[in-house]
Amino acid sequence: MINKTVANVREACEGIEDGMTFMLGGFGLCGIPENIINELVRRNIQGVTCISNNAGVDDFGLGLLLKKHQIKKMISSYVGENAEFERQMLSGEMEVELVPQGTLAQRCEAARTGIPAFFTPAGYGTEVAEGKETREFNGKMHIMERAFEADFSFVKAWKGDEAGNLIFKGTARNFNPAMCGAGKITVAEVEELVPAGELDPNQVHIPGIFVQRIFQGEKYEKRIEQLTVRKK
Amino acid sequence: MLDKNQIAQRIAKEVKDGYYVNLGIGIPTLVANFVRDDISVEFQSENGILGMGPFPYEGEEDPDLINAGKQTITALPGASFFDSAMSFGMIRGQHVDLTILGAMEVSQNGDIANWKIPGKMVKGMGGAMDLVASAENIIVAMMHTNRAGESKLLKECTLPLTGVACVKKIVSNLAVMEVRDGKFHLLERAPGVSVEEIQQATEGDLVVEGDIPEMKF
Repeated sequence: MINKTVANVREACEGIEDGMTFMLGGFGLCGIPENIINELVRRNIQGVTCISNNAGVDDFGLGLLLKKHQIKKMISSYVGENAEFERQMLSGEMEVELVPQGTLAQRCEAARTGIPAFFTPAGYGTEVAEGKETREFNGKMHIMERAFEADFSFVKAWKGDEAGNLIFKGTARNFNPAMCGAGKITVAEVEELVPAGELDPNQVHIPGIFVQRIFQGEKYEKRIEQLTVRKK
Repeated sequence: MLDKNQIAQRIAKEVKDGYYVNLGIGIPTLVANFVRDDISVEFQSENGILGMGPFPYEGEEDPDLINAGKQTITALPGASFFDSAMSFGMIRGQHVDLTILGAMEVSQNGDIANWKIPGKMVKGMGGAMDLVASAENIIVAMMHTNRAGESKLLKECTLPLTGVACVKKIVSNLAVMEVRDGKFHLLERAPGVSVEEIQQATEGDLVVEGDIPEMKF
């Protein structure tokens, strides 16, 4: 067993520098690496590019980095829940690349599986296709999209073991698996870290080979963005 | 004229036994409330669930279980979870039978615009571009006109496009229409709405053939 554990979030974020590109898992506030985001805020890392489906809300998730103007560029598919984001984007303070959600996921998946580029029909005939190579396959037009390049992938899982194997829960899985192994270094934070041998290998979603560092997060707020319920 | 729930109710009639269905945010989400309970249908939410159920009971919400609108949901028996790359693999690979989504504009050749108003609103396309580019069967739920009374069914879209030549069917507050051969074809009228009213509210070419029946629910 190759042990991937690090003591805490500070050790886990060793080597991060201003101007780097980070991938961050999560959909909305669901399945985001909360402890790592807090550490990025604490270190006041500057001028970073973030690849993340969303940008958090004003006072949670990536919204915390936005508020402190730490983000130079965001690469996302949907940023509608964040007023500060919209302000920085419209004023030109922050660069934004909007990417169709499936393309965003596949550009992560391509990066981690050694596929430099791929063709997808998503965005053909729209401004997303501008400047991109197009090609017809089976009578349908496609555009070429490239794998992302990132310095770090920051992901969050439900359970993990010392070997870096990960299991996700519910829809908190989302972008996390595709980002594992997509950046040069993948750091996983988990709610529960167990010794090797305690996870059933049949149930592992992401094998430890895609993870370089793993730690148990100190605490999880797991904020709900839109609470919708019905009466009993 | 239909309200949002009635639009959803009419669209629910298009959902057939054995369908996997992706519902967009807004009116499409309401469709789930009107699907007959004697047929088997599974709802896909692109953030990673098949077999999405209703909102949880008060106090039973789980922050790790949401839909693409970030709302707390439940999982029905037979549900499955998966990651975003697999989710869009399902969509791109045309395994999802029906996609229902909203629109700001639709053109008579089936172009759709629903993600951006330059200078005003730029929230992003989310999964809409992937969905419309790959789905074989797309139904748009929309209001026929905007608040100013201007038609949203146009000869050509004025807003940045989400996808080209992809919309097959539209259910608006006034009518059910098919998009075929570069024209809107009127299929049904909303109760109490005349063909003339629909024609007036449609800027694009509208084909009216024979008697147009009123919608049934």
